[in-house]
Amino acid sequence: MRQSLKDLREAVANKTHTRLGTRLNYEQSGFSSLMRKSGRAVEKIESPDVKGQLIAADSAWGDPVIWQTLKLYSGTTTKGYFLSAVDARQSIDGVEMLPEGERVYLMLFGRTLMMSLAITLLCALIGYPVAFLLAQLPMRTSNMLMILVLLPFWTSLLVRTSAWKVLLQQQGVINDLLVWIGLLGDDTRLVMMNNATGTIIAMTHILLPFMILPLYSVMKTISPSYMRAARSLGANDWTAFWRVYFPQSVPGIGAGAVLVFILAIGYYITPELVGGTSGIFISNRIAYHISSSLNWGLAAALGALLLVAVLILFYVYDKVVGIDNVKLG
Amino acid sequence: MSSLPSYASPLQRTWHYTFRVICGLIFFFLVFPILVIIPLSFNAQDFFTFTPEMLALDSAGYSTKHYVDFFTNPDWQKALQNSFMIAPTATLLATVLGTLAAIGLSQPHVPFRSVIMAILISPMIVPLIIAAAGMYFFYSRIGLQGTYWGVVMAHAVLGTPFVIITVTATLVGFDNSLVRAAASMGAGPITTFFKVQMPLILPGVVSGALFAFITSFDEVVVVLFLGSASQKTLPWQMFIGLREQISPTILAVASIMVVLSVVLLTVLELLRRRSERLRGVTPA
Repeated sequence: MRQSLKDLREAVANKTHTRLGTRLNYEQSGFSSLMRKSGRAVEKIESPDVKGQLIAADSAWGDPVIWQTLKLYSGTTTKGYFLSAVDARQSIDGVEMLPEGERVYLMLFGRTLMMSLAITLLCALIGYPVAFLLAQLPMRTSNMLMILVLLPFWTSLLVRTSAWKVLLQQQGVINDLLVWIGLLGDDTRLVMMNNATGTIIAMTHILLPFMILPLYSVMKTISPSYMRAARSLGANDWTAFWRVYFPQSVPGIGAGAVLVFILAIGYYITPELVGGTSGIFISNRIAYHISSSLNWGLAAALGALLLVAVLILFYVYDKVVGIDNVKLG
Repeated sequence: MSSLPSYASPLQRTWHYTFRVICGLIFFFLVFPILVIIPLSFNAQDFFTFTPEMLALDSAGYSTKHYVDFFTNPDWQKALQNSFMIAPTATLLATVLGTLAAIGLSQPHVPFRSVIMAILISPMIVPLIIAAAGMYFFYSRIGLQGTYWGVVMAHAVLGTPFVIITVTATLVGFDNSLVRAAASMGAGPITTFFKVQMPLILPGVVSGALFAFITSFDEVVVVLFLGSASQKTLPWQMFIGLREQISPTILAVASIMVVLSVVLLTVLELLRRRSERLRGVTPA
């Protein structure tokens, strides 16, 4: 008890007790005010009845949970941040999950994964026909059409995001157009922004070139004589495509998909601007903890988990494509 | 596929044209959002959509006031100035470091080549928010946070992988006996580099530099964390504008940047052709 008082006095003298309170408040609410109150009272406390006077200064000192938390976090390192990052926490009985309703980060990680998958899938679906067409057309025509793919690739990310903001708003171009045609009433305008839909549409558009370019470069290497051979042996157009052409283009899909997925999973700007609250990614939460809530430890833990995920994907990408084979434009 | 044979069945004909229509729609999806902001930026009203006057092609519906605002508003001008102070320096750093790294890594005797390559390329792959957070913590400790050089160095790090990749690609077609020939005629390594190697890999260096420039010029996450108000760049100003006070001036800025990217695209295409000519590959 005396030792605790001595430590607290020292903390007050160094003016670190409020920071200690903030830190412990992440684990057990009430610590922040407890530390501030006790900091003011600590000078007047004298032995022998330290316990009684501490409790008199703030009744929370009488609560065993406070002491247990203090003991639990007295070490020099903690896994507390990583546990918080996966919605668990350290309690006196060991590691436990947070109650169902408070699990924010697992849900956010899950959403980031699901939405990145959806974006990757959409990019593959939309990108494949275009890459196929570009690979079939004669060089002169395909070079002209390639400009339509490269223009968005070279346009500033913020320009493209602002374009989507303009298009998707409730008073925006797409809604206006639909109302003007008569498909929608003025009061039934679609909500396409500040939700997951907005993020998915905008990010699919932004990442589409990253799918088309690797697909195109793989398809360029597939000799047209394979398809001709298949057809001369009696396959119809679809069979020739599906059984002969498509399997050869799979490495391109793989390269494009991993690239798009890696880029999507760490996106920050676009979800922040068009995602609202239901369309944000884990990155936005990391940024929030760094710049607004100042919980840097938690931000670092969330970031480390995201980084591990990306590095694993990067490793896969290196094995599938090889970093030396990355091409630009 | 590129042209229909005369014996194509009606089904094949239908599919042929349906496929083209689908592709046309996808190209439309790719380009329309970028092109639509150009007419919108001439809106005489402070709206983000087409007004009835604009649709009627009435000249009263159009004005250049958003452009005037961009060129007279001190906030935007300061941001533009900052962008043009940061991007060229970061590009120069990235180009010099990236070119040297690529040349070094192209030597066959370098140990741990692929590991070094992976580390140098990683800023391109690691999510920007993580890179930004890490740099923020590190740069605050050594006093670079909120300084001009801090932002420049961070942008150089982000731009270097692009230079390494483009230069490595041009080095693949580089004939190393040219270096030996120059050396045998008495040229030192530095003379050989500038007189023989550099002119040949120049297209790769320049396109890498362009990538590095656009990376820095377009970068917002790192500068949000690392910069202070006096390093506010154009993307930063746009980001704030989009998030808080939506002003149509953004559309004017965006249109100017679209034109800028068209120019960049043209330069790159010309470079590519030149490089192919130099290597003796004729475009088919």
